[in-house]
Amino acid sequence: MNFAVLQFPGSNCDQDLVHVMKNVLGHSASLVWHKDNSLAGFDAVLVPGGFSYGDYLRTGAIARFSPIMQAVQQFATNGGPVLGVCNGFQILCEAGLLPGALIRNRSLQFRCENVFLKTATNDSPFTSKIPSDKLMRVPIAHGEGCYFADEPTLEKLKANKQILWQYVTDKGEATEQSNPNGSLLNIAGICNEARNVAGLMPHPERASESVLGCVDGKLVFESLIAWMEGKSVAKAA
Amino acid sequence: MSEPAITPELVKKHNLTTEEYAKVLEILGREPSYTELGIFSVMWSEHCSYKNTRPLLKTFPTKSPKILVGAGEENAGIIDVGDGIAIAFKIESHNHPSAVEPFQGAATGVGGIVRDIFTMGARPVCAINSLRFGELENPDVRRLFSGVVSGIAHYGNCFGIPTIAGEVYFDKSYEGNPLVNAFCMGVLRHEQIARGAAKGIGNPVFYVGPATGRDGLAGAAFASQDLTDESAQQQRGAVQVGDPFMEKLVCEACLELLATDAVAGIQDMGAAGLTCSTCETAARAGTGIEIELDKVPQRAPNMTSYEIMLSESQERMLIIVKAGREDEVKRIFDKWDLPWAQIGHVTDTGRMVVRMGGKIVVDVPAKKLADEAPVYHRESKEPEYLKAVRAFTLDGIADTAIPVDHLKALLSTPTIASKNWVYRQYDHMVRDGSVVLPGSDAAVIRIKADSLPLLSEELKSKVTEFTGEKFIAMTVDCNGGYVYLDPYEGGKTAVAEAARNLACSGAAPLGTTDNLNFGNPHNPELFYQLKESVRGLAEACRAFNAPVTGGNVSLYNQNPNGPIDPTPTVAMVGIIEKKEYITTQWFKDEGDVIILLGDVADKNDQLLGLGGSVYLQKIHGKKTGSPPRCDLEKEKTLHSTLLGLIYSGVVKSAHDCSEGGLAVALTESCISQNIARETPRLIGAQIDLSESKDVRLDALLFGETQSRIVISVKPMDAVKVLERAKLMGVPAAKIGTVGGSDLKVKTVAGEFSAPLTQLHDLWWNAIHRAMQ
Repeated sequence: MNFAVLQFPGSNCDQDLVHVMKNVLGHSASLVWHKDNSLAGFDAVLVPGGFSYGDYLRTGAIARFSPIMQAVQQFATNGGPVLGVCNGFQILCEAGLLPGALIRNRSLQFRCENVFLKTATNDSPFTSKIPSDKLMRVPIAHGEGCYFADEPTLEKLKANKQILWQYVTDKGEATEQSNPNGSLLNIAGICNEARNVAGLMPHPERASESVLGCVDGKLVFESLIAWMEGKSVAKAA
Repeated sequence: MSEPAITPELVKKHNLTTEEYAKVLEILGREPSYTELGIFSVMWSEHCSYKNTRPLLKTFPTKSPKILVGAGEENAGIIDVGDGIAIAFKIESHNHPSAVEPFQGAATGVGGIVRDIFTMGARPVCAINSLRFGELENPDVRRLFSGVVSGIAHYGNCFGIPTIAGEVYFDKSYEGNPLVNAFCMGVLRHEQIARGAAKGIGNPVFYVGPATGRDGLAGAAFASQDLTDESAQQQRGAVQVGDPFMEKLVCEACLELLATDAVAGIQDMGAAGLTCSTCETAARAGTGIEIELDKVPQRAPNMTSYEIMLSESQERMLIIVKAGREDEVKRIFDKWDLPWAQIGHVTDTGRMVVRMGGKIVVDVPAKKLADEAPVYHRESKEPEYLKAVRAFTLDGIADTAIPVDHLKALLSTPTIASKNWVYRQYDHMVRDGSVVLPGSDAAVIRIKADSLPLLSEELKSKVTEFTGEKFIAMTVDCNGGYVYLDPYEGGKTAVAEAARNLACSGAAPLGTTDNLNFGNPHNPELFYQLKESVRGLAEACRAFNAPVTGGNVSLYNQNPNGPIDPTPTVAMVGIIEKKEYITTQWFKDEGDVIILLGDVADKNDQLLGLGGSVYLQKIHGKKTGSPPRCDLEKEKTLHSTLLGLIYSGVVKSAHDCSEGGLAVALTESCISQNIARETPRLIGAQIDLSESKDVRLDALLFGETQSRIVISVKPMDAVKVLERAKLMGVPAAKIGTVGGSDLKVKTVAGEFSAPLTQLHDLWWNAIHRAMQ
């Protein structure tokens, strides 16, 4: 598979995603500059973490106007898988590809720590290979990761099973204590209605190698790869 | 605009002495212009010239076969780590700016040191820091503390560098004059080392990065005077404002540009801005440099030559480009939407010439300005207070009768307590290299292929691609209280503790960068502290084969109540030869045997390690007594023995005894592993110290005798380890077993125990509680 990792000015987890897709998972991945306007030849798009445009104005608010984002819109409309991590999630929300918004952590402080995630549904390209009882341990690192949406949106997310991951305790319970940023419904990640666009605040690419202490994050990418491979088999048949 | 006339008052205002001014007149052969006066003032400040400390700095060991760029040569030292890979690292202070404006002061401290590293052609891969504040009961200290931490977080997180280790001490002496020492490490191939030299007569000089404003005017000079309420008020304008986003872009653009081979020399504009970068690059190359200020991008209207030359606006770089390659600079900086301007060229005159509005406003010999600052051998006199310190005995100090309560009190002391309130605000994992996170004795970072800057086409064809991994450990240490109580021993101990922390992580030292934070050098008693601690540092760096590759001096650290504790911060970097050698401080498995390497207490020390201890300070309210001795030979043997054991694969955890002594070290090994948010891994221990009959209980538990490490091993390896230690001449004893959910300690005085959940809560949440 061939992954596009977008590079905005201020992206700083771009290299980490390339590293995991290439060196850990053995696929090809390359950086795509934000001023480019084509995603031809790519099978999936990864929107990395960082501080695109310094997070000025509002996280992700300026990046959505970069030329490449039009191509991302088109790519997503055509059913291509798009995954945003951290600032990437914020950008996808700003761009309207995902509902809701990410606002300041309730603590008003940046938080970098490992958290436990529960996968709420296997019905998405990003969760298909995650065992349903698996608690994933994945780090977060953000100042604005509190997921917020109005009541009808939340209802819709629930009804359509668009909530993919929630912050939970080591026992798997979504409590206030397990919630590092005040996200509504302990939401750590969601997908769109068509299920091909997803975003999450935690960094699966930082939990994909045993030398870094945990490989749970790899499950997200392995799900995506398996889903894409399944699709190309279907296409060939 | 007419410039002020040069009067004795104006000279004095620029912190130049009569003798120094006479030297300026001699160098120029005439009266300086106003701008030139400002230039001499900043270049000859302590911050830029080390005029009060140069003779002392010369006593540091600075050579080893692995050193590729040594101390004082460039913006940072560089050390070979094998396979053609090298690391660049340095520590620098931003104390005075942080006292005045903690958020921006600390943020720009990070920005400055990160720039020093990429200026060398290295990709910055991690940061650490060393902080000192007053006591947290004081609301103003809390303001400074939280401002500094969020400033570091703001800059480092946005830039995208993991802040993976650090230390924080709280002591009254730092009230109003916090210390903010920031360290950065970068990675590069040997062939990629860039130089800050204005080479090649006729080569164009480029200014890149954001426009110059009036911010940070003469910050270097501000950092070189006593901090008073008045100066802090006046100097608020001397604190710069940082933009980490801009720095990220400038860094990426510079590394991309360096990969084109179009660069002849590169230097950041840090302290003393455009002045320092132009005259230093010319001085290093033995050339001259000529620039036109009308071409410098300016943020404010009507800036004078004085202001432009002395501004410390952040995130700016000076680049000397090979003639004919100008278009590459323009292409790359345009790609990153960064301002650039061609502002001058390299000459053969040896002079730094600055023009503005068609007139020459500065014309000085670059080398004399950069390298011939006056050097002072300051007077030193043993401080009076040391007499009382040395005379102190334990006679009037009652031994502990409530050891478990005292242990709890020490664990909740902010200096000893967990620093998670601090480091969870720092992104310590970005770049996928953080192997040992904050919270163990030393942090460990992995270097991999993408840690390196882009290779030029030419290099790509010449060198074999690096596909492996390297593991670098780093730590920063200094117990300023020890240094206050005995500058020489305290200096040695700072280095020994750093080396010990590296050994505990499985690393052998590569080199040291130091940050000398002291008071006013004109005070002979304060200069004594500086001189004696440098003697201790130098001796210890020699002993551990950890030469000094550079560093920083920050003097005049005092507030209206007096000087700070002398604080020569030591950041040490080491290499872990194999992934399997990486060791952490927490106990691993039930049933493992706990062994103490080193003496229970130093019996040659009449205070048994209690002098200057946190126990004596917190429980008995006494900051006195000769601090623990540091026997370098003993310490070296301890480290090599531990490393030998780690290499043979038997050590499951290693943790050194430092503040709070053996009892605190053991507790930390039980409670410091953190799995995830609100999820510590607690593993108990049963300790038996009843063999130690002739040591006071408080000294046994809380004494800070040096050269001690607590390790844990599998039961089947215990005898082998004890024998091995004995063979090496290191005292070693089995002191307990891992297991259970309590810490239980048996001594001749009886047994005490405490549930780990309680100990963990006190230790983990102490700073949270103090900050609420």
